[in-house]
Amino acid sequence: MEERIIIAGFGGQGVMAIGQMLTYAGMIEGRKVSWLPSYGPEMRGGTANCNVIISDKPVGSPLVEEATSVIILNKPSLDKFEGNVVKGGNLFINTSLIDRKSTRDDINVYYIPANDIATELGNPKVTNMVMLGAYLEVTKVVSLESIYEAYGKVFGESKLHLLPINKEAMERGAKLVREQIKVNA
Amino acid sequence: MAVIFQKTRGLTDVPTHYCPGCTHGIIHRLVAECLEELGVLDDAIGVAPVGCSVMAYKYFNCDMHEAAHGRAPAVATGIKRVRPDNFVFTYQGDGDLASIGTAEIVHAAHRGEKISTIFVNNAIYGMTGGQMAPTTLVGQKTTTSPYGRDKETQGSPIRMSELLATIEGAAFVERVAVDTPANIRKAKKAIKECFQVQIDRKGFGIVEVLSTCPTNWGLTPPEALKWLEKNMMPYYPLGNFKRPEEVK
Amino acid sequence: MSKVLMKGNEAVGAAAIAAGCRYFFGYPITPQSEVPEYLSRELPKVGGVFVQAESEVAAINMVYGAAGAGGRVLTSSSSPGIALKQEGISYLAGAELPCVIVDMMRGGPGLGSIQPSQTDYFLATRGGGNGDYRLLVLAPSDVQELVDLIMLGFDLADEYRNPVMVLGDGMIGQMMEPVEFKEDLKREAPEKPWATTGTKGARKPNIINSLYLEAELLEEHNHHLQAKYEKMREKEVRVETYNIEDADLVFAAYGTTARIVKTAIAKLEEEGYKVGLIRPITLFPYPYDAFKNINPNCKGILTVEMNAGQMLDDVKIAVEGKIPTHFYGRTGGMVPGPAEIADKAREILGGGR
Repeated sequence: MEERIIIAGFGGQGVMAIGQMLTYAGMIEGRKVSWLPSYGPEMRGGTANCNVIISDKPVGSPLVEEATSVIILNKPSLDKFEGNVVKGGNLFINTSLIDRKSTRDDINVYYIPANDIATELGNPKVTNMVMLGAYLEVTKVVSLESIYEAYGKVFGESKLHLLPINKEAMERGAKLVREQIKVNA
Repeated sequence: MAVIFQKTRGLTDVPTHYCPGCTHGIIHRLVAECLEELGVLDDAIGVAPVGCSVMAYKYFNCDMHEAAHGRAPAVATGIKRVRPDNFVFTYQGDGDLASIGTAEIVHAAHRGEKISTIFVNNAIYGMTGGQMAPTTLVGQKTTTSPYGRDKETQGSPIRMSELLATIEGAAFVERVAVDTPANIRKAKKAIKECFQVQIDRKGFGIVEVLSTCPTNWGLTPPEALKWLEKNMMPYYPLGNFKRPEEVK
Repeated sequence: MSKVLMKGNEAVGAAAIAAGCRYFFGYPITPQSEVPEYLSRELPKVGGVFVQAESEVAAINMVYGAAGAGGRVLTSSSSPGIALKQEGISYLAGAELPCVIVDMMRGGPGLGSIQPSQTDYFLATRGGGNGDYRLLVLAPSDVQELVDLIMLGFDLADEYRNPVMVLGDGMIGQMMEPVEFKEDLKREAPEKPWATTGTKGARKPNIINSLYLEAELLEEHNHHLQAKYEKMREKEVRVETYNIEDADLVFAAYGTTARIVKTAIAKLEEEGYKVGLIRPITLFPYPYDAFKNINPNCKGILTVEMNAGQMLDDVKIAVEGKIPTHFYGRTGGMVPGPAEIADKAREILGGGR
């Protein structure tokens, strides 16, 4: 099993952080992992993205071309990476900032108003966690326990007091896709 | 029989390669005497430049590094950071320090590196055969300013001591000359004070020494000493520009 | 020791500290700035020294001073900065001073780009500075190997009294992977009786120098250096090979490109192709002998690099015209994907599965 993920959005939306959490969680579970960021001027206000691989075999190319899942937080990223999802793969779209639907009919698409949910929860910074929760509910690539452990590793012990709201955000994202899966079934 | 004079232990017995009448020999001896008299010779690590004093590593009787052209202050920084308890000095000419190595000397001073620099200014490139230096005087003829240095196209000579004295990290800056016995005595006093600043860990120190180059100036040694006094001193005034404030 | 997830650039710093390095002199440049950032934070905690120099030229000359004074010392940069360091690297090689230099390569020439590339292969293996000298050049393919080679690099530098270059790229510098710090690689630096430490009045002065004005003496010094490089060729070759004895096509690639090639190999094998890989881990000394074990009936060697064909020269030297050589490269900071590499391989292999 090899999960190849692209996570993309504006710089500052936390796409790098949730990528690192997935990578850390994969490592905690004894899988082979890699995290590769885009870097450079686009980090400052433009589109940022990272590639995550969680695999049972040693990771070859850390660069993801054929993604099993793509998590999209802004519109330019949807235009850029929609085509990278493999047939039968998953695409997660943040509808709070993206007003168009996916044009693909050979993949599973999930629509999540992540900014709206985060704002409802009182902390717009957890938008990325809503998306992460939705992603984990669908793919179950790593367990929530591993993700919670990874949270402390990525954000540091000093941010552990924010774990509850982050958990809540993940749960809201998960709940939303559970409903979408039911509707589609 | 009582010993009334002996050569400093700070110099080796290797004969120097300097031209007759060149003042490098005097400056070497002053540096070596100061190292010995301050008791730091056996802990000293010197850095030789590229230029006439390129082979200074053979003459000083202490551990030495030969540096790339202009980089002596960077090399000295590396040494001092590894060996903070050793005494570290650079010995550099005007092409080395005031042209190709301006970034290195400015930033060593700027960081307040606890090193000491002897800067020998003779207003010309000696080793390579008499080309124009950044410190060559306006109107002075050299092999690359054959019509005399032209201020319009070649700029005015750079005053390094004045420049370095503006830098916060420079704790000691003085300009001296070695044209007369009286000035040589003053030069030694300045070098000693400069070295003491490093020993006391007060910051970066530099002594600029106005020096002669009879060979490339095309003058006899006595004429060269007169030329220094008449032409260099008015443009490069002697004196102390900076010393650590007395602790009251 | 347990695994930690680290960015390649931070792993460089952590590995250096684990190897006993206590001195770093450098200047910021993308994509390696996390190296100085990490060491500015971590070196003071272990009593080490971090200096942000005024330029790469100054930084490498500080390395020259620190190495001559006996310190275990590191500098890092990326391609344009490494170009600036060539003056000091030549002096370090000439004066036989140990140090580790990390180059996280980016696209060139000139200011180029900040994206990954492998365009400094010639600079690293042929000597980018003046004079006949060689660096030991190590090329890690993943972050764990980066850690291991940084630690090994310090030991090799001391053993041979020679600068060691660890040649990575923007990708390995920026990516995160799990790493483990292997205890057995930790060694203390050996005694350095040649270092400038002050004579204490007890010995003759030590002199760190690369100047020999007499031609006979300089030639003698060069013979000594060449003998040392010969010893490296005999003892220090490191290479990974995969399935080269019965492959119909053998890839040659190093660093991050080699791991991308591995993904292409997996694809090709699924399709029934017989393909192999030679991955040099040391670029100097180069593993020429490994090529002698390639299936003599193989259709060719496909060299893949993120440049216009630099290691290709060494592959040609290795095969002595006996096996056809092919090349696939991307430049400017473009990273080749497994699919395009596999396409090129199929093109060479034709229908022959």
